[in-house]
Amino acid sequence: MAEYWNVSPGFEDAITRYFTDVPEAEVTLESAIPEKDFNSAGRGSAEVKNLLKRLGVDNDILRRVAVAAYEAEINVAAHSIGGKMTSHIYDDMIHIKFEDRGPGIADIDQAMIPGFSTADELVREFGFGAGLGLPNILRNADALHIVSAKNCPTLVELIIYFTPI
Amino acid sequence: MIKLSDYLHAVGGSNLTPAIDAEEIGITDGYVCDMLSDVMGSAKAGQAWITIMKHLNVVAVASMTGIPAIVFAKGGVPEAPVIEKALEEGICLITSALTPFELAGILYKQLEN
Repeated sequence: MAEYWNVSPGFEDAITRYFTDVPEAEVTLESAIPEKDFNSAGRGSAEVKNLLKRLGVDNDILRRVAVAAYEAEINVAAHSIGGKMTSHIYDDMIHIKFEDRGPGIADIDQAMIPGFSTADELVREFGFGAGLGLPNILRNADALHIVSAKNCPTLVELIIYFTPI
Repeated sequence: MIKLSDYLHAVGGSNLTPAIDAEEIGITDGYVCDMLSDVMGSAKAGQAWITIMKHLNVVAVASMTGIPAIVFAKGGVPEAPVIEKALEEGICLITSALTPFELAGILYKQLEN
């Protein structure tokens, strides 16, 4: 399995600490993401967004979480045979995991290049498939971790802090 | 900033979500695009989004990015579930017979004044 990591400068210590001993989340939300169902894709992100809004999370942060989560949900719907989204919400941050059942990303570095896309016609008809999904996630997340390989399931997980570190 | 109602009038449009008062919505800028990922990456809160896309994901994208109003060009009218979703999310939907180019031009001019 190939692995991709990106941690924004300044967040290295916090991310290492978090993954060394993952604490129990205050709230955990889980939702299914069916294959090629662009009406359902987005429900999980909307649920997370609404909860964070109620918790008083800053609007800019809210937007970053919503955009990153929605892009990732669309990716699962567009490129996999289905999967799920699990959000762990803490006082100071959110950790969202997207796990699908394959068929995986053949070359993660290539998938990260803005404009590169393997999306089919259906996906493009919906206005997706511009090859901007992963770059948009990268730009909005404080940490992004991808584990995948051809003919394997994919894990995409991201972390966004609610306040500056 | 302009009032969405002033723009609506200028483009000869109609409000598809009349329960949302266009008089109450302030527009600070605009964005014109049909590629949803590009809108997610580049559109900003407070912008009116001009597009010809009219399926359900358009409302989701507006909601995630904080766009308060979607303007459907060339007389586009989405199906009822899209309008319902927009009402739920508090996003104003407008339709106008004008092209995206004309809609953008009028908005640009109004914002400039």
